[in-house]
Amino acid sequence: MARMNMIEAIRNAIDLSMGQDDNVVVFGEDVGFFGGVFRCTEGLQAKYGKNRVFDAPINESGIIGAAIGMGAYGLRPVAEIQFADYVYPAIDQITSEAARLRYRSNGDFTSPLTIRMPCGGGIFGGQTHSQSPESLFTHVCGIKTVMPSNPYDAKGLLMAAIEDDDPVIFFEPKRLYNGPFDGHHDRPVVPWSKHPLGEVPEEAYKIELGKAAIRREGNDVTILAYGTMVFVAEAAAEETGIDAEVIDLRTLLPLDVDTIVESVKKTGRCVVVHEATRTSGFGAELAAEVQERCFHYLEAPVERVTGWDTPYPHAQEWEYFPGPARLGEALERAMEA
Amino acid sequence: MSDFGPLKLHVPEPVGRPGDEPDFSYIDIPEAGSVRMPAVDADAKDMRDLAYTMIRVLDDNGEPVGDWAKYVDDEMAMKGLRDMLKVRAFDARMFMSQRQGKTSFYIQCTGEEAIACAHQMALEKGDMNFPTYRQQGLLISQDFPMVDMMCQIFSNEKDMLKGRQLPIMYTSKEYGFFSISGNLGTQYIQAVGWAMASAIKGDTKIASGWIGDGSTAESDFHASLVFASVYKAPVILNVVNNQWAISSFQGIAGGQQSTFASRGHGFGIPSLRVDGNDYFAVYAASRWAAERARRNLGPTLIEWVTYRAGGHSTSDDPSKYRPKGEAEAWPLGDPVERLKGYLVKKGLWSDERHEQMVAEIEQEVLDAAKEAESHGTLHSGPKPSTRDMFEGVFKEMPRHLREQRQKLGV
Ligand SMILES: Cc1ncc(C[n+]2csc(CCOP(=O)(O)OP(=O)(O)O)c2C)c(N)n1
Repeated sequence: MARMNMIEAIRNAIDLSMGQDDNVVVFGEDVGFFGGVFRCTEGLQAKYGKNRVFDAPINESGIIGAAIGMGAYGLRPVAEIQFADYVYPAIDQITSEAARLRYRSNGDFTSPLTIRMPCGGGIFGGQTHSQSPESLFTHVCGIKTVMPSNPYDAKGLLMAAIEDDDPVIFFEPKRLYNGPFDGHHDRPVVPWSKHPLGEVPEEAYKIELGKAAIRREGNDVTILAYGTMVFVAEAAAEETGIDAEVIDLRTLLPLDVDTIVESVKKTGRCVVVHEATRTSGFGAELAAEVQERCFHYLEAPVERVTGWDTPYPHAQEWEYFPGPARLGEALERAMEA
Repeated sequence: MSDFGPLKLHVPEPVGRPGDEPDFSYIDIPEAGSVRMPAVDADAKDMRDLAYTMIRVLDDNGEPVGDWAKYVDDEMAMKGLRDMLKVRAFDARMFMSQRQGKTSFYIQCTGEEAIACAHQMALEKGDMNFPTYRQQGLLISQDFPMVDMMCQIFSNEKDMLKGRQLPIMYTSKEYGFFSISGNLGTQYIQAVGWAMASAIKGDTKIASGWIGDGSTAESDFHASLVFASVYKAPVILNVVNNQWAISSFQGIAGGQQSTFASRGHGFGIPSLRVDGNDYFAVYAASRWAAERARRNLGPTLIEWVTYRAGGHSTSDDPSKYRPKGEAEAWPLGDPVERLKGYLVKKGLWSDERHEQMVAEIEQEVLDAAKEAESHGTLHSGPKPSTRDMFEGVFKEMPRHLREQRQKLGV
């Protein structure tokens, strides 16, 4: 066992994947010599050479388009988009091409890509360094969408994503890179070295895509969370004293419906939480699934605690970010209903 | 008071609209044989002129002339003629099938046959094309089974794409033909990525990317040129300038300001402009570019100057936006007639033999169509199974798709 923060765990996953499979190549803006603006690919170019780890021109559609071509050749590209907020120029390549290549060619060509991108707020990133565009991808048939919440999962999920033969969007909540964050921005950051999930085996391992994890067992209400919100959910449960069961979805698509349904049938209440804006966010899909599958077990309406339907502001960071207080109120409403 | 008059927006217009006489005086056509052939390792900056002229081999008398005539070969010419006639007959038959309601849609490449057919001859097994919907010649010139292409067009039970894809969006890894997408320009950068992969692996295979004049305006065209130039990718970047993008003439894509070939200059990519209706010129330029790529000398951009003789697709009526008789007035002529002219002049071919071959090919296409139709057409006969609709979205079918399939009861 080693102690790793999320950056180190991600770097370690890529390193091991590159060591195992010569077809794994890594590229993106500033990922080569410099090792990435968040250091996730530091040292990899020195270790594997410029042929396998290299800088790309600043063109997201170009990065993903080229990766699709490489995938069609037989490589296993791991492409980085510097911030999830800058994935939009590549949306055409992801949705019209990578996601559909297997289907439209009846398997003649496939797109075994992993597209890594730092996402999420809580860092005073303003409008274009804070977004959570996951629902744009869960709405696209043919891609898998993953978002880890801790170093242990980040490594295991990333190794699984790289090995997966389908295109995977791999969101990395950058607020969690150095330590867990429960929304209490006024308290000092606790590093991953003080958290059990910062213990990461040095050898290769995978966490199956499509499997959620229960972070906190409880009987009163189920909280469906992912990314940074997992820690917000744990904090809200402790602070309200409500015995919430916190589910970390880890993979949004394919979704681990069984774990969700089992929990909601037990608790009879469900609160969904995400940083992304509310309308047509992934929470709407979760709420609908719970309503369809658990209708007779529900004792309260499914609540959604989300970012507001505004662009992500700068000065109003903590009024925007769904912190433990806002989630706590929703838990109380759910319990009163 | 300002000395400036009001600004005016410039919106390019073609020289002719319906009712006008065709006028191609805007196209400068140099004498065949007048353009030199640089060494394959020539520096891009020493061959800039080649982006503003036109490489031509066959002169008006059907005589191959100049540096680029060095690959002229009679056996290849015979094959080229047959291939182009096959493409033309295939197009005519499938166009008719659409009119008969046997399929929903078709796209012809009439007038552009030489480009794909001759280009494919310059590639090797294992190379990969990233075509648009107008390069059916890449498959037909390799004798890809016409029945399979037709089954795809009819979306029938033998459709290799299980009815999932619009007609003409073929795919064949084996024949070096990447899966066609409806989204314009996307495959151009994918070709560059494929070529980069070949270089990463130390392979000797090259890629060939395809785009139309209209689609060069897509952002992916720019991305492709940047990536191809930065990584010196072993790729041929083909721009098929057939003067039209549906109803927009090439000026709307920026073709009035400069040639499409010259776009390569800002990226330091050697760029050629070639008579696209001259089978020998297409072959020679393709071979030159392929050799550059294979010798690790980097990408080449080629603008093929041609004319879209037919409608854009079966859904289009060109008489609504361009003068009648433009195809006949096109100064570079018809690729089939020009190659035939060469063979006749050499005493290798005659009108009678030509007619006989046309009839044979039409029969071959008709037989293929009959066989394909026996497996069903869009609205009648056997179809792909409904279950197949759910397959292949992912490698393994996830639970939500299994549930949806069960809901449909299949
Ligand atoms: C991204 C995108 N935008 C628009 C279209 C609709 N469309 C299909 S073909 C076409 C014209 C393309 O013209 P050009 O690139 O010149 O090729 P050509 O059809 O002449 O071969 C358009 C606009 C599309 N398929 N994809």
